[in-house]
Amino acid sequence: MATKNAEALAAANKKYEWGFATDIEQDFAPKGLSEDTVRYISAKKGEPEWMLDWRLKAFRLWQTLETPDWAKLNIPPIDYQDAYYYAEPKQKKTIASLDELDPEIRRTYEKLGIPIAEQEVLAGVEGARKVAVDAVFDSVSVATTFRKELEAAGVIFRSISEAIKEYPDLVRKWLGKVVPQRDNYFATLNSAVFSDGTFVYIPEGVRCPMELSTYFRINAENTGQFERTLIVADKGAYVSYLEGCTAPMRDENQLHAAVVELVALDDAEIKYSTVQNWYPGDENGVGGIYNFVTKRALCQGKNSKVSWTQVETGSAVTWKYPSCVLAGDGSVGEFYSVAVTNNRQQADTGTKMIHLGKNTRSTIVSKGISAGRSDNTYRGLVRVAATAENVRNFTQCDSLLLGDQCGAHTVPYIEVKNPSAQIEHEATTSKISEDQLFYAMSRGLDQEAAVALIVNGFAREVLQQLPMEFAVEAQKLLGISLEGSVG
Amino acid sequence: MLKIENLHAEIDGKPILKGLTLEVNAGEVHAIMGPNGAGKSTLGYVLGGRPGYEVTEGSVTFDGVDLLELEPNERAAAGLFLGFQYPVEIPGVSNVQFLRESLNAQRGQRDEKPLSGAEFLKLARAQADGLGLNQDMLKRPVNVGFSGGEKKRNEMVQMGILNPKFAILDETDSGLDIDALRIVGDGINRIMRAPDKAVLLITHYQRLLDYVQPDRVHVLADGRIVRSGGPELALELEREGYAGVEGAAA
Repeated sequence: MATKNAEALAAANKKYEWGFATDIEQDFAPKGLSEDTVRYISAKKGEPEWMLDWRLKAFRLWQTLETPDWAKLNIPPIDYQDAYYYAEPKQKKTIASLDELDPEIRRTYEKLGIPIAEQEVLAGVEGARKVAVDAVFDSVSVATTFRKELEAAGVIFRSISEAIKEYPDLVRKWLGKVVPQRDNYFATLNSAVFSDGTFVYIPEGVRCPMELSTYFRINAENTGQFERTLIVADKGAYVSYLEGCTAPMRDENQLHAAVVELVALDDAEIKYSTVQNWYPGDENGVGGIYNFVTKRALCQGKNSKVSWTQVETGSAVTWKYPSCVLAGDGSVGEFYSVAVTNNRQQADTGTKMIHLGKNTRSTIVSKGISAGRSDNTYRGLVRVAATAENVRNFTQCDSLLLGDQCGAHTVPYIEVKNPSAQIEHEATTSKISEDQLFYAMSRGLDQEAAVALIVNGFAREVLQQLPMEFAVEAQKLLGISLEGSVG
Repeated sequence: MLKIENLHAEIDGKPILKGLTLEVNAGEVHAIMGPNGAGKSTLGYVLGGRPGYEVTEGSVTFDGVDLLELEPNERAAAGLFLGFQYPVEIPGVSNVQFLRESLNAQRGQRDEKPLSGAEFLKLARAQADGLGLNQDMLKRPVNVGFSGGEKKRNEMVQMGILNPKFAILDETDSGLDIDALRIVGDGINRIMRAPDKAVLLITHYQRLLDYVQPDRVHVLADGRIVRSGGPELALELEREGYAGVEGAAA
């Protein structure tokens, strides 16, 4: 039935190419959320006692919290008892090699264009580059590629479930340190029921020899996906990490509440890129993913650097503020974002730059593109603590409107407690002009290509921050997301 | 090649073109002159297919095809080029990217193979050189930060790359100094002077016609062609102004 449903939806709305469902047998946790659910997940993963205790603590805390309502989002109440919190593809418990992976899952990833097989090396512009992939299918990480090569460099790249068992000390040291359990409603929920995700550790002085990538896929119906990502870059280490996501088209809403924690020690650098393309719902706002994500980086070390780049085209609702806590002196935080909303999509996204250390710098470039009857809000905080001397921040927020029924909003918060800070904020709002459209069309581009070209130009400063392979995909995605939005 | 018959067009319900008839054959250059507000730019936009310019009567055929039925991009693929009086800025999109995508979109519609990056770059560089446009301009965002003269030269570079059969050039001479005028004039002759091509020059002044000799000159006033003649008509207008012809229209 599920597949039929998705097919019908796919026929009705061809624009979401990733809207197919994969027909495989899955193990589900009992529906609903209780301590038993938490215990089920923990047991299913064979977790140590400390992990279960940590989850239960979060669950008990979550029960005392209320859904936040400060964002400019209109969300019907979510029935947390009407969802599955764990879905696992049924297959042999451990697989010796990728060849043993359920062929249906492999086909799914092939359709999505994910290079899950080790021999597939994506071609970048400066010669072939390797991308190591961790693929998360519903609740479980199904394959991690290039493991041996990474191990030779000392890099740990594991599903978080494996890491909890294999590297308990490292995980315990950092889990919940950047995003504490009580941080917010969805982070607390994630802490209780997170199913899988990725763990990365780059040892001191190591430049990760390839880009690391996780691909998230929600397949099962009525399933929440709660992944947890933890990346630690030790002193002088460097890593570039990519994250992509899609989901089948379903006419009910699905919940995605992830937590991503990044830690950069002295002189370390983490570049974290996301192309988020969860199913956005149809043109009437039916279905789509509720995307409530907490992403935060701790620049703990001196001269450390974290750069977030996100291209957000999917989800019915996006609630997401990848942030940097700039604790180390001289540390640098960057946030580059393109958020596209079309039809009935709602996005409330931005960043927080918390300057604690001296000589810390941050850059925020946000490009919001609204079409249809969507609402797109940039919400950003720049906070400079009293102790933080010589802070610099530059913020640029540009909004582009397509049509006259969409909304673009900019909500900057600036809190400066040290007079030596230099804070700049620039904001523009513009409409895609008929002049531009006609000019491009008179040169031979059809309307969709003209819109895609103009929008990509608008978002260029952000797109050029992405690794080459991702940038090409992101450009196409922007065009596809806006199809039919003009004329 | 281009046949306009009894063309009526309006903007927001206001009639601008009121029965314009004109035929341009292959191998010819025609100049359209006339006072401000006569409908010169409207004619260019109607031929280019700009939304908001509504044709209420009459017909336009291009090589026998009903031009008015085509989208702007289809007109481009059919070989029509509109040189803009005010070229539009597209921030963040380089000239090279813009023109390569445009050219390949046209080629796609004509079932021709797309040009590779290298092939395209060679073509673009040659055209930029021919019009004295710095190569760096190709990498810069379309028309952003260009001077008025650079924008007009960039239009001609685009025309050279797209290599149309028929060019409508709307006040391509405005904003050009005397050296640039010569370069642009040479460019038009080089790109468009051919037995199978034709040009419609829309201009206020005679001076571009010193460089691009028209075969026919037409005076457009109050939405109609009120006089036609050879190159000498342009010189006469330069001497005596439009006062006489406007009187004739009324």
